[in-house]
Amino acid sequence: MYETIGIWVGAIFTLAIYSFLYKENSIYRLAEHLVVGISAGYGMAITYQITIKPRLVDPLLSGDHWILLIPGILGLLYITRFIPRISWMSRYPIGFYMGTAMGVGFPLTMKARVLRQLEGAMVPLYQSGMAWYEVTGNVVMILGTLAALIYFFFSKPHKGLFFGTGSKIGIWVIMVGFGATFGFTVMGRISLLIGRIQYLLGDWLHVIE
Amino acid sequence: MRKNWIGIPALMILLLLPALSVARGDDEILTPVAEEQLAEPDPGLDVSGTVTVQDKDNDAGDLLLVSFELPADTEGIFAYNVYRRVAGEEGEGSWNLVEIIPADGLSEFIDGYDPEYPIASGVLYEYRIASATVDGEEFFGPECEAGVVSKGEIYHTGKTKIFIASILFIGLIFYYFGKAQKGIEMYMRPIAGIEAIDEAIGRATEMGKPVLYVPGISSIADVATIASLTILGRVAKKIALYQTPLIVPNRDPIVFTVAEEVVKQAYLEAGRPDAYDPDSVFFVTTSQFAYVAAVNGIMMREKPATNFYLGMFYAESLLLAETGSLSGAIQIAGTDAVTQLPFFITTCDYTLIGEELYAASAYLGREPKQIGALKGQDACKAIIMTFITVALIFGVIDVVANTHILDWFRDLVTSPIVD
Repeated sequence: MYETIGIWVGAIFTLAIYSFLYKENSIYRLAEHLVVGISAGYGMAITYQITIKPRLVDPLLSGDHWILLIPGILGLLYITRFIPRISWMSRYPIGFYMGTAMGVGFPLTMKARVLRQLEGAMVPLYQSGMAWYEVTGNVVMILGTLAALIYFFFSKPHKGLFFGTGSKIGIWVIMVGFGATFGFTVMGRISLLIGRIQYLLGDWLHVIE
Repeated sequence: MRKNWIGIPALMILLLLPALSVARGDDEILTPVAEEQLAEPDPGLDVSGTVTVQDKDNDAGDLLLVSFELPADTEGIFAYNVYRRVAGEEGEGSWNLVEIIPADGLSEFIDGYDPEYPIASGVLYEYRIASATVDGEEFFGPECEAGVVSKGEIYHTGKTKIFIASILFIGLIFYYFGKAQKGIEMYMRPIAGIEAIDEAIGRATEMGKPVLYVPGISSIADVATIASLTILGRVAKKIALYQTPLIVPNRDPIVFTVAEEVVKQAYLEAGRPDAYDPDSVFFVTTSQFAYVAAVNGIMMREKPATNFYLGMFYAESLLLAETGSLSGAIQIAGTDAVTQLPFFITTCDYTLIGEELYAASAYLGREPKQIGALKGQDACKAIIMTFITVALIFGVIDVVANTHILDWFRDLVTSPIVD
């Protein structure tokens, strides 16, 4: 019984959202406001259940982890935004969070996005037993990386043989890469659409098995 | 179908009959079972030998490297269950199952990753390993005291290269930062997307329609979000001067707080604090697609003349940009999400690709500090290009002269980088 109601609600709201393809209308607006309201409320409950309760409230009530009072108080400072006279205090948790995130993120980014990428670009052009297409692939990869890096030089005009031609090749390499990514992602989106149509025609209308 | 349902209880009764006989003490059925059990007693499993524990290097004193001698006969062993307790504790209940290792020849693991059972620095532990059958029956090996306690190290020796690279890059940025502050003129090449920002705001002002600014859907810890909020400050300042309505819907509560502060500050700097509308920056929801539904609705109802999508985007990028395109707005997007850039490129008028997003605030503000930082980043890119070029040359030498200089150079630059 509940499953059937769930399928009907899901199908009706799917069609309500799809009605946007025709134009913005009151049915879409109803679905939009419901999904926004429900998700906001649900998100709050989930945050309490999976973060605040097990990681702050329960350990504090057990009486062993008084150190958690510090992040707890920092978090509560956000609420000072509702009191204009002391709303400046909400900047402390924001500053702390941003600073920590940047501090923790910097070495990770340096490793994953600089040194690991550099390591990946320093490959041998040819080794015994390598097929011709692998060699070509290595050459294209190295030259393409260099050209793309030239494109992202901001302090030099894109003129002349090195910066001019290099940046032109660079943008071509970037666009070819984007084309491949586009095709790959569109395939994923089509499979999502197929899934939704299967839900409507199969689970709801039982037109297909 | 109904017949099948009748058949199931009948089958169950038939299966229960022998069991009922056993319960009644029927010797005819009990005897053969008892004989069979006596004839083939459970042989048990061989157990592992001594457990060796070492303190793991380069940690915060919360990891131990545990290894054990595999049993001589591994037949029938499905997994090894590793139990740990604090040395000196008594009773079966003091043991905690900290790891299950599949019986595929592996006999060591790093203990301390499970947040349920963390390793405390300076605490002595005891271990025991159980050989487990596929049914979960356990046969325990000897109890072994760890012998060592976990200690933390101040410096991670595996990250020296990261440290050197960080110092070099930060040093270069501060060097150019200083040069810019001394007033040395620095060139910046034009970027079409950034130059179009003023034009887009002007268009909205002329049309008397609002400007929609979407600061991405990621958290404030994302570099793209921070870059977006810096640009929002510049955009809001211009908007305040032109007195154009601004709409900034947010998905992340902290980003919302910062965006609100940024816009308020921009109106203050523009000398128009009275024009600031507290409802212009608002929180929608944390749910990704509910947020998209809301922003799409805003686009179609409010019909903004200009849409900015600057920050970190995921699967919603095309949904937003396509709707914006349908509404007839001029659209400027920018992100460092490689998988989403193609969608912005195909649907927006201008797109800031990757680092162009980071550079945008320097372009808009023209502050010496930010221009210096941009120049410093270029110098960092030049160093990376130099390394790749040198590696390319060494690669060619390796092919021609049959040497191994590239391996040596690669190790020198990037290894060891330990996770």
